[in-house]
This record gives sequence, structure tokens and C-alpha cells, in this order.
Amino acid sequence: MPQMNMVEAIRDALKLEMLRDERVVLLGQDVGHLGGVFRVTDGLQQFFGPKRVFDTPLAEAVICGSALGLAFSGLVPVAEIQFLGFTHQAFHQICHQIARTRFRSRGSHPAQVTIRAPFGGGVKTPELHSDAIEAQFVQAPGIKIALPSNPYDAKGLLLQAIRDPDPVLFLEPLRGYRLVTGEVPEGDYTIPFGKLRVVREGTDVTLIAWSVAVGLCERAAEKLAEKGISAHVIDLRTIVPLDVEGLVAAVEKTGRAVVVQEAPRSASFGSEVIATIQEECFYSLEAPVKRVSPPDTPYPLHGLEDHYVPTVDMILKVVVESLNA
Amino acid sequence: MAKHTPQFMPNTKQIEPLRILDENGKLLRGETPPMSDDLAIYAVKTMMMGRGFDEKSFSLQRQGRLGTFAPVIGQEASTLGPALALDPKRDWIAPQYRELPALLHMGLPFESIALYRLGRQAGACIPEGVHVLPHQISLAAQIPHAVGLGWGLKLQGKDGVSMAFFGDGASSEGDFHESCNLAGVMKAPVIFLLQDNGWAISTPRAIQTATTDFAARALGYGFPGFAVDGNDLFALYAATTEAVARARAGEGPTLIESRTFRMWAHTTADDPTRYVDPKVLEQWKKKDPIERVQKYLAAKGKWNDAMTAQFKEEVAAKVEKAYEYGFNYPPSKVEEIFENVFATITPQLERQRARHIALRS
Ligand SMILES: Cc1ncc(C[n+]2csc(CCOP(=O)(O)OP(=O)(O)O)c2C)c(N)n1
Ligand SMILES: [Mg+2]
Repeated sequence: MPQMNMVEAIRDALKLEMLRDERVVLLGQDVGHLGGVFRVTDGLQQFFGPKRVFDTPLAEAVICGSALGLAFSGLVPVAEIQFLGFTHQAFHQICHQIARTRFRSRGSHPAQVTIRAPFGGGVKTPELHSDAIEAQFVQAPGIKIALPSNPYDAKGLLLQAIRDPDPVLFLEPLRGYRLVTGEVPEGDYTIPFGKLRVVREGTDVTLIAWSVAVGLCERAAEKLAEKGISAHVIDLRTIVPLDVEGLVAAVEKTGRAVVVQEAPRSASFGSEVIATIQEECFYSLEAPVKRVSPPDTPYPLHGLEDHYVPTVDMILKVVVESLNA
Repeated sequence: MAKHTPQFMPNTKQIEPLRILDENGKLLRGETPPMSDDLAIYAVKTMMMGRGFDEKSFSLQRQGRLGTFAPVIGQEASTLGPALALDPKRDWIAPQYRELPALLHMGLPFESIALYRLGRQAGACIPEGVHVLPHQISLAAQIPHAVGLGWGLKLQGKDGVSMAFFGDGASSEGDFHESCNLAGVMKAPVIFLLQDNGWAISTPRAIQTATTDFAARALGYGFPGFAVDGNDLFALYAATTEAVARARAGEGPTLIESRTFRMWAHTTADDPTRYVDPKVLEQWKKKDPIERVQKYLAAKGKWNDAMTAQFKEEVAAKVEKAYEYGFNYPPSKVEEIFENVFATITPQLERQRARHIALRS
């Protein structure tokens, strides 16, 4: 099986799906000739021609809004927003239009639209470029949200996203783009939404994460193992839909849970995970459910970044608290 | 049915931009210099400072000592010319991120810029009395602020003017169009300074707009537009001076399209050899905005190569000093991420601070 990084795996999925389904078109800022500022769409315009891959003017609202229109016309658009932080310029199109059109039209006008965007910090790019605002879209019912943590998942989840009859926000980890590599099958495969992945089996504490934080949890689990602590690590893969059953099973297995995320603390997806655990498996809990996240402060300039993002050490400390509770 | 022609049709040919100095620094026929020789000398020096700062920053960035930033090289006149028409005491600038010479003119200290590029939060603080809005990350988001600022000054009976800088790319955002519309309606004293440098990262002008002239958009919003040679300091200064006078007189906004070229990469993270035609780049090299004014002054015996060399050294020393200051700045502390989130830290955030620090020590 070929080794790929995230960028290559995502590109592989796009190419495969564009070959399989000629209705699929790509649009976004710098995605054509340049192949994207992170080179995700590198070579695709050259390969498929300028009628399948479009550089657009610099305007997120119309990129997303016109993607919905393209879907209404019978095409299957995959739009790229250069950084998730700039989806706010298109927030009304994503949350009020794309997410709701199926419900609003009682099913007559669904939106088979995929919006891809990188997000998350750790690459020395300021503020909005690094924001992890995935939870804001959870409050917009009707759009699914996938956040792969590794190349294998990235390809399978993206193929699922493009084929899904519902709109999907596909969030790519900026820090993992080239850093995370792994084996990726050459052919076609999809990963169903709403099915979490057990990253590592364990018995003492359950670490819950998605996207880049999964890697942090894996490293924390290795360190914990050295101390004789067995961590069960899960990767949610999609936060809409959330795999409630899988989550409950994973927490019940150990009776202790720590959520790790890149987003600020309050009203984040971690908050939702913890509320769900509390409702669904309170009586299996041995300790209060904890979270590791940045505080409720804006993403800082890069000189402060290392003080802000969650670390393996923070996870270790919180796990020990949980075990001692 | 008979065929009817819409009353409003787009231009098919680009309008000639306003130009005062030709590429060899000669005044075009019939033109008079819009500024004194002293101001022109000051302009040359300020433009050289901007360029010198970016050259040094670029090499530091390549050594991994700096975050990414957007160099102004090629757009020195395009940014400084309009700023010179402002009065730094009563007027304001809302920048995008590529306007270094203009910000220096408004009084932003070298040290702030060095600190900001080093990723230090302290560098983001605009010193009191410097009429410049904070660094912008969201494209076009500063344009509505400029409208509100100018409008607010007017409501308070002040005669200040605000100037928003933004790129050809940013001008595609709704924020730009909504701003023009409101400014027109309110007759706000605003100057919309659109720098068309040919590119928005890798996206060429032709994909940004179907219009031949960005300046023509002003008509749709009910105010005048100027197309100007963006590498001609004099033309930029002259056009903006007229726009400022109109704004101060209560006659409302002006859109100025500055036709220039981004000579370097978009930012240090970008590789323009993938998309910029080297022949086009070569043509623009001949239109260097600084050399043009130097030649003009040299013809009058007020500038020479020795002065260029000497001032280059002075700039290099100043920039060196600013970065020295930045490198020796006290190391960042974790507490800083909690500062200035609110006027006073909330009890909830205080708890988070205590916890965050405990988990990281
Ligand atoms: C709202 C928003 N969308 C996208 C970006 C990413 N981005 C940063 S600079 C840039 C190009 C800007 O081009 P232009 O406005 O022409 O300014 P220039 O860089 O040429 O000076 C893009 C797409 C951003 N910062 N903000
Ligand atoms: Mg531009």
C-alpha cells in the first residue's frame, strides 16, 4: 500500500471521485492553476481542465452560495475555503442556506455540497488562520462535519462526504497536512459517518479526540503506558453525526474520560461530548469527566502559540487527576 | 421585437491611468510637480525604509527567525503616495497588511513592526496618537471600519478623513461593496484605496473581476473614481490630495484604483515562480517606483547615487536595531494569553488561567 501524507490522501480522493463522477467540480481561491495554497488540488486543473476546477474571486460567501446553486443545477461541487476561520464570511450561506435547504424545502432541494477547509494551530500562522471553530457549525442543524486525523481516514471520509446526499463540512488539520503520514489503499473505499475509531485499546482511562488532537492522545497514551497506565483512545472522526453508542461503550469500558481538543473551552464540541457522557453513562463513571483545551481566549500570535495549544504533558496531568479522583 | 441597448455598458478598453512622472522621472507634458522637493526627498527615504525593512525581514524569515509577512516591494509609492496626502494628526488609515511605508509615515515605530513580525503580542499594540487601525487578517474587514470611522468623525463635526487600503483580491468581498454603498449614502469622508498589484496570491486580476477598470465601480455607488499609475508617487499623491479635499469639504468618498505590481512573493510562504510570468515581472522592474522619484530629484541636483548608498546603510542599521530590540524583548509568558481579552479579566477566566498555568508548569 502506498504511503501518503494528508495532502496526498485528500488529493487522491478528489481525483478518484472526479474520475468516477463527472458531475464533481472543484472551486475556491487559488485551487486551480496553483493547486491550492497547501497544494491539495495540485495538478487537478491541469488534469481535468478548467471546466472542472475553478479559481474563483476572493469571496467566501459566493463560493459557498454558488456551490449550493451548482448543486441545484445538477453538479456535485466541492468548495475549498482557504482557512476555516474565513468561513465566517460565508456563515449565512453555510448555516442558513446549505445546511437548511433540505429541511426548508421539505426534501425537494437537498444540498449535495462539500466544503473543505483546513483548520487548527501549531503552524505559526496568526489568529483566524488557526482557529478551531468546528463547534459553531454543530449549531447549524443539517450539515455533517468530518474531521479526519490521518491519511487513511481522510481519503475514506472525503469519498463518503462527496457522495453523501447531505452537505458536509470536511475539516483538514493544518498541522497534520504533511506531518501525518500513513498507508492509504489505492482504490475506492468509503468510511461511514458516525462511526468512531478505536485508536488504541485500554482499560484505565478513555481519551476522546478528533482531528489533530488524536495524535496528541496517542503520544500521551504511550507515555502513560510507560507508567503502567492503560489508556483507551478514540477518534470521533465525525462530530455530526456523533457516534453516541461508540462513545458510551468507550467510556463505560474504563469509567474515566478526558476530552482533548484544539478549540477554546466553553460551548465547544468537548462540552457536548461531556454532556452526552453525563446523560448516557453517569452511573459507570468513576471520576468527573475532564477536558484539555486552550482557555477561552483568542488564538494568539505565534510568539505565544506554544503557551496556548494543548500539550501531551497537560493530558498526562489531567489523566492523573482523573485516576486519583 | 426591436432590439434595445442597455443604457449602461461596460468599458471595452481600459482607461488610461493618471500619470505625472514617466518611468525616467520626467514630468509628463503639461504636468507640474504636485509636491515640493523636500517632500519628494522625504518620500524617497520613507519608501527606501519600507523596502529595506522588508528585505531584512525576508532574510530573517528564511533563517526561520520570523513569522510569515507580506512584503511591500514594488508597491512603495502605491502605499506612501496616498498616505502623504493625509494629515497624520487628524486623518486615519485602515490597513490591509502590505502598507509598510504608509504606516511608517503615520508614525508606527520600527520596533512595533519588528515585534509584530516576531509574533509578539506587544507588537500588535498601536501606540497612542498613531492613527492606524490594528493589523487585519480577514480580508476587506477593515473597509467597513474605515467607513464608520470617517462617518463618525463627520458626525462629531471633526474634519478628519479615513483611508482604507485593500487589494484587488479583497475588493471581491461583500465587505468592500457594502462599504462603498454605505459611504456613498452617508457621504462619509472616506478614501477607498484599492491597490491592484495584479495578484491575490496566485489568482490573477482577470479572475478577480470582469471589469477593465476597478475605479469604474465607484459610479455604481454614486461617487467618483480615479485610476492612477500605481508606481507614480506624484500621480498617487495628486489624486489622493484631491480626494481628501473633497472628503473634507463634505462631498463624500472617492475610490482610487492604484495600478501597481507585487514584485515579490505574496508572503514568505508563497512561491510566485509557479504563476508569475518572468517577462511581465521584468517589464515592471523598469517601472520601479522609488527609482522614478530618485531620477526626478537627481535631474534637479537633489539626489545622487552616493545618497542612495548612504541612506541604504542608514536604513539597514535602523532595521537591524529594531530587530535587535525585538530579539532581546523579554520572553513571552503564558499569562499574556489572558491579557486584554476583556477590560478586566472575568472570574471565570481567572479560574481558567490558574488551571491552565498549573497544567503547564
Ligand atoms: C476573508 C479572507 N479570505 C482569505 C484570506 C486568505 N488570503 C490572505 S491574503 C489573500 C490574497 C489577497 O489578495 P489582495 O487583496 O489582492 O492583496 P495582496 O495580497 O495582493 O496585497 C488571501 C486569499 C484571508 N486572509 N481573508
Ligand atoms: Mg493583490
